Amino acid sequence: MRDAGLIERAPVLNAITHVLMIAGLLIAAFPIYVVFIASTHDLPTVNRVPMPLWPGDHLVQNYTTVWNKSDFGAKMINSLIVATGVTIGKITLAALTAFSIVFFRYRARMLIFWAIFITLMLPLEVRIVPTYAVAADVAEPLRWLVWLFGFELGIAPINLLNTYTGLILPLVATATGTFLYRQFFLTIPDTLVEAARMDGAGPLRFFREHLIPLSRNNMAALATIMFVYAWNQYLWPLLITTDARMATATMQLQKIVPGPLFGQPPVWNEAMAATLLVMVPPLLVVIFMQGAFVRGLVATDK
Amino acid sequence: MDRRATFSNLWLAGALVAPQILLVVVFFYWPTLQALYWAFSTQPPFGGTNQWVGWQNFQQIFADAVYWNSVRVSIIFAILSTALSIGMALLLALMIDRQLAGHKAYRFVYFWPYAIAAPAVGLAFRFIFAPDAGFVSAINQLAPNLWNPALKGWDAMILIVIANSWKMMAYNFIFFLAALQSIPRGLIEAAAMDGSGVLRRARDIQIPLLAPTLFFLLVINVTESFVDSFGIVDITTGGGPARATDLMVFKIYSDGFKGLDYSMAAAQSIVLMLLVIGLTFVQFRYIEKRVHYA
Repeated sequence: MRDAGLIERAPVLNAITHVLMIAGLLIAAFPIYVVFIASTHDLPTVNRVPMPLWPGDHLVQNYTTVWNKSDFGAKMINSLIVATGVTIGKITLAALTAFSIVFFRYRARMLIFWAIFITLMLPLEVRIVPTYAVAADVAEPLRWLVWLFGFELGIAPINLLNTYTGLILPLVATATGTFLYRQFFLTIPDTLVEAARMDGAGPLRFFREHLIPLSRNNMAALATIMFVYAWNQYLWPLLITTDARMATATMQLQKIVPGPLFGQPPVWNEAMAATLLVMVPPLLVVIFMQGAFVRGLVATDK
Repeated sequence: MDRRATFSNLWLAGALVAPQILLVVVFFYWPTLQALYWAFSTQPPFGGTNQWVGWQNFQQIFADAVYWNSVRVSIIFAILSTALSIGMALLLALMIDRQLAGHKAYRFVYFWPYAIAAPAVGLAFRFIFAPDAGFVSAINQLAPNLWNPALKGWDAMILIVIANSWKMMAYNFIFFLAALQSIPRGLIEAAAMDGSGVLRRARDIQIPLLAPTLFFLLVINVTESFVDSFGIVDITTGGGPARATDLMVFKIYSDGFKGLDYSMAAAQSIVLMLLVIGLTFVQFRYIEKRVHYA
């Protein structure tokens, strides 16, 4: 932490600074506050213009309605499963891949690093349609690969639509995570590797007993940003789940309000209750893991 | 990145990278190749294998006014939301960096919007800016129908720009503050002793030293606004009214999954992909430079 600010007399500027900081606070917090307040009123009150800024007494009723009407509990659990799965998957793959390309010496390792790194340029949003096609039959690329080598392979189609695997697996590969782990592993001194080898440790034992404990900070930083990222996924779950039992909380927001193009206004108090439910888990992660979250964001530089 | 002490079991090395390589091939490179193939072919109306048509799909989208409209609104959206979110974030970071009383509490809250899912942000702002509820519609009591994002294109654009900027402001703020805090304190103190005030120091020392961060954030924000805007648009405006917010990503989605025109969607994906690749290269060049001169 740094020392306290400079001591200088600038009363006008200080006043302006305080005003701006409070304005910033209002900008950042007001929409969240509005969502909460709107979720505590009955429908006529919430539709008043402007809406009252103090809480009403329909909180329990609104949340119960939303929770029961769209089976929100199950959706939240789905979101939790997906977010946890993606987070664990990303951390595991990032650590294993970085371990291999930093602690083993073989020709292809830079090629592998770049093959993973370049995926940064291929975000899901620009390859949605064909990625959907792959999820509908994961065996297709394998069949082609085998066909290239002159064989015909009769693998039955493997359909990932409406499965947890389909929700999780396409999001698990991670360029940023691999990069972050690689940077960290490069700071491990050679002497540590040599000492471990002298103790008779093989690569896996070295990984387990030295690298994993040392990378705990790294892991926390990566876990917080990846959890928030995965919980907030919207487009992918929207595409590959048609079965309401597999729906996630974020995509439920779309189901709860009428589409913007069709005129009739949403039932705002219930819509805002659902919004708050979707907001809270990642917000809690950021609030309680603030340090790790900021470290993770800044370190991965996206 | 050469280290002397390494392990030699290459089978193990291969096994460790295999899972991620497999995922990358199946879910990134294969779909990208497939998008390329679809972009250069069309599906016969009665099924069967695709027919190679060369650049025809691209000619078709580039001759389409609806496509150019989506390019135009995407660029407007990118410029407005990047300017707004970076401007706000820079101002707030400079204020917080003065470390007056309470700055830690403010800083803490400024992070929050980045944690919130795009559709949740969209829905919250759709309510606040609703034409017949919320808050902004209060101005309609002064002049009827002054504000209506459901009917007026620019109102809808303003709505998605504000919603997106609100989220990105928090992200940009984190980076600006980190950059400001890495400026050596002695530099600021020396300038203060020379008699330069807060504004002078911001103008002559802090903002010039933020230039690399600013550039990095410009590229990231433009890329994000091209790529990551689906959640907000889908919930708030649905691309409307009259395609006023029909951003490129949203159009790819609606052409591909609503219109089921894979070839057109794929051709548009390729164009967007090239844009993202171009922006990423610009960013890499910058990272390279920073490594060089830092």
